[in-house]
Amino acid sequence: MGGPGIGGAPMSYGRLHRKEDPRFVRGQGYFVDDVQLPGMLYGAVLRSPHPHARILAVDTLAAEAHPKVRAIITGETLQQRNLAWMPTLSGDRQAVLATDKVRFQGQEVAFVVAEDRYSARDALELIDVEYEPLPAVVDARRALDPGAPLIRDDLPESTGNHIFDWETGDARRTQAVFDDAEVTITQDMLYPRVHPAPLETCGVVAHFDPVSGKLTVWATTQAPHAHRTLYAMMTGLPEHKIRVISPDIGGGFGNKVPIYPGYLCAVTGSMLTGQPVKWMEDRSENLMSTCFARDFHMRGELAASRDGTIRAVRVTVLADHGAFNGTAQPSKYPAGFFGVFTGSYDLEAAHCRVTGVYTNKAPGGVAYSCSFRVTEAVYLVERLVDMLAYELEADPAELRMRNLLRPEQFPYTCQTGWTYDSGDYPRTLRLALEIAGYAELRKEQWAERARGHLMGIGISFFTEAVGAGPRKHMDILGLGMNDGVELRIDPTGTAVLRISVQTQGQGHETTFAQIVAEELGLSPDDVEVVHGDTDRTPFGLGTYGSRSTPVSGAATAIAARRVRERARIVAAAMLEVNPADLEWENGRWFVRGDPDQGRTLAEIALAAHSDLELPDGVEGHLDASCVYNPPNLTYPCGAYICVVDVDPGTGKVSVRRFIAVDDCGVRINPMIVEGQVHRGLADGIGMALMESIAFDADGNCLGGSFMDYLLPTSLECPAWELGETVTPSPHHPIGAKGVGESATVGSPPAVVNAVIDALRPYGVRHADMPLTPAQVWRAIQGRPLRTDLAIS
Amino acid sequence: MTIRIAMTVNGTEYARDVEPRLLLIHFLRDELGLTGSHWGCDTSNCGSCVVWLDAKPVKSCTLLAAMADGHAVRTVEGLETDGKLDPVQQGFIECHGLQCGFCTPGMMMTARWLLDHHPDPDEAQIREAISGQICRCTGYENIVRSIRWAARGSAGHP
Repeated sequence: MGGPGIGGAPMSYGRLHRKEDPRFVRGQGYFVDDVQLPGMLYGAVLRSPHPHARILAVDTLAAEAHPKVRAIITGETLQQRNLAWMPTLSGDRQAVLATDKVRFQGQEVAFVVAEDRYSARDALELIDVEYEPLPAVVDARRALDPGAPLIRDDLPESTGNHIFDWETGDARRTQAVFDDAEVTITQDMLYPRVHPAPLETCGVVAHFDPVSGKLTVWATTQAPHAHRTLYAMMTGLPEHKIRVISPDIGGGFGNKVPIYPGYLCAVTGSMLTGQPVKWMEDRSENLMSTCFARDFHMRGELAASRDGTIRAVRVTVLADHGAFNGTAQPSKYPAGFFGVFTGSYDLEAAHCRVTGVYTNKAPGGVAYSCSFRVTEAVYLVERLVDMLAYELEADPAELRMRNLLRPEQFPYTCQTGWTYDSGDYPRTLRLALEIAGYAELRKEQWAERARGHLMGIGISFFTEAVGAGPRKHMDILGLGMNDGVELRIDPTGTAVLRISVQTQGQGHETTFAQIVAEELGLSPDDVEVVHGDTDRTPFGLGTYGSRSTPVSGAATAIAARRVRERARIVAAAMLEVNPADLEWENGRWFVRGDPDQGRTLAEIALAAHSDLELPDGVEGHLDASCVYNPPNLTYPCGAYICVVDVDPGTGKVSVRRFIAVDDCGVRINPMIVEGQVHRGLADGIGMALMESIAFDADGNCLGGSFMDYLLPTSLECPAWELGETVTPSPHHPIGAKGVGESATVGSPPAVVNAVIDALRPYGVRHADMPLTPAQVWRAIQGRPLRTDLAIS
Repeated sequence: MTIRIAMTVNGTEYARDVEPRLLLIHFLRDELGLTGSHWGCDTSNCGSCVVWLDAKPVKSCTLLAAMADGHAVRTVEGLETDGKLDPVQQGFIECHGLQCGFCTPGMMMTARWLLDHHPDPDEAQIREAISGQICRCTGYENIVRSIRWAARGSAGHP
């Protein structure tokens, strides 16, 4: 008999079927829209059809007369409660319901509470809003023009549409390197606006109980505790009277980090009616109004020697944050972790300047498994390296191998001050080249070219920065990015672990049980993981930025080790020996040199709850907690190779193969790691080839449904070919690094590099994503499109 | 205004007075409490809402409940028989064919239909069969493997 692992594998780390799956395959998942409460009402949001307009009047009389309408909330209603505006995660404010102007198409204007979903929607049609349309700023590159329409006239010291300037690195030294470089590359690149589009849209059920004064919110949130604190700050309700429950979440990818206006409207609706109010947005509302990703307009420059040594990278970025600065990232990092644009290479100098601007588009920018904008950074540097290969007529694999950081350089502090913890980059890249059969692929490509076929091979090598973070540097709205766990061993030897991070499909109920199992010699089946309920779990900032394993995984291992040490003292009391004479193995403390004299954890747990006399200062029971403050981020890496075929007649790209070698340190459950990598690779194909939230010249959103916003299906995705190297993080208790976003970060440049490589016979050096058939066709003609605007 | 509709869902007869415009997905979820089928896009693109109407997979977000009047519907809740998981359900567990679990019911209903008509599908057939549905978590490969696993399980040689 093997353990519970697949194929009888060890019962702690290793492939283990998920504890979550039995309920999901039976249709017994419990998502927010599955919540049914007695007397529950339904909310619906009235949204602006205009990207920019002054509100002259809102007439709700007809809607109020609808027999099934129970409440109508307007900006004015909220203003009376001081709730018309809410703080964003970037220290700006956002209109909950517009009072003065609407600033993007789809902005929230009014909220109807009715007895059923359909009546709530019907009543929206009865609200009459009088608008005075204003000129809109759609093109980020025109946002700072003199005379550009002012979007945020609500701010007391508005400086046009400018939000922030942020820079990092050394401008002077970087200039000096560029001055004497033999080769320089310059390229403008757009990382277009895309959307995380989890299959479950965002929503809440809000229930304010006027008797107890308690507000319970079932919410699609990746960060239940942070939401609870924000609700307290915004509504003035005492925090202990607020309970946020995050049940099963149908994918998040960053989309479910912020608080959205609809949530606050539902809360207000419940307070006004005294009944629970459910609000679930529809797909168009999700795509048009909630946290998008990217929209980075980058100018990248690279300096190198003729022999292919990369010397410096310089970047200027225009960041389109939409109508409100609602990006979600550590507050000292307005451009997220874009500072790691130095990539995986040993540079002499680097410099970057980012300017954030307002436009008449939905707010957001940091989402979609982006690791706080490492996605944009990796895309930029990996495209530049490929352009250098193009310029020097060098092989892109050899060029990377020549410049990659060497294992002996770790820990390595890059030119912008980030200290990469560990890695063996050449080994990771070599493995990917081996799996791909790279030399053979290149031969095949030459043969195909000779026949007029367009085959391309694209490589990317990425360094991630995840696991935010050290509280000295990283907070969100003043909340340090540390997370707590509580671990209790029951009298009969089973365990309950309470965590603050929130799974959206990552399988925390399984992997966190495995960590406890590994540390305490238990079966993962004997560890219950409690999460997603602020009344039942310790405080922490939640799951995004691949931070669950780096932060809460570390906290879990440390709490388990604390339990182990307490167990040692109890075992010593049981055996009447000195604790120092005990050794730990396989879930049991035993007397050194006399293995028969020992006690299992279950025996110890029972004794810890019994009348056994314990040494002075040692408490009964067997439990521990930990709030983990990471000493540094962790830095996963990976080497990806994509092989594509391009139809020269139509511009259609087909992904033939995709090889991904990831190094995320120690793997707790390789099955789950591989699943997460698969997911991110599909993201990469989507972003590189299909996805874009574009706008027309008038500010109309052109990506407002799945008919227009195209996501990859089973037909666009190949069978993934994975490999792994394992370089443990030296500072993480179990050596794990986090992997949830690696493939989303690393794969888009591999796909784009492959397509551009295929188009080499046409002399194409760059074309912006998404590389749709139209875009590829235009690139072949030498006239690539601007993919953010419906103009060319 | 309401109309009377009656249908069999997972073998049980139901009759309800509903609004004529009520969507089948909302009927199943809100009226019958069968929340295993999900609503994801409104435009027939994502397939989270796939159920069977008379033994054929349909997208229940673009069918009126009234169109199912007099017909037989099967949902994910009807896959398990006599306390035993359908091989498709077991396959999704064995091959890590799900992560967040939101698309899973719809995917499994399509998979069951495929295997009923093509007991031993190859990878291309499976990919074609699920191509009208979206999964944001798995990159599809483990769904393909799950369905292959179920095909082998159904054929009696796991």
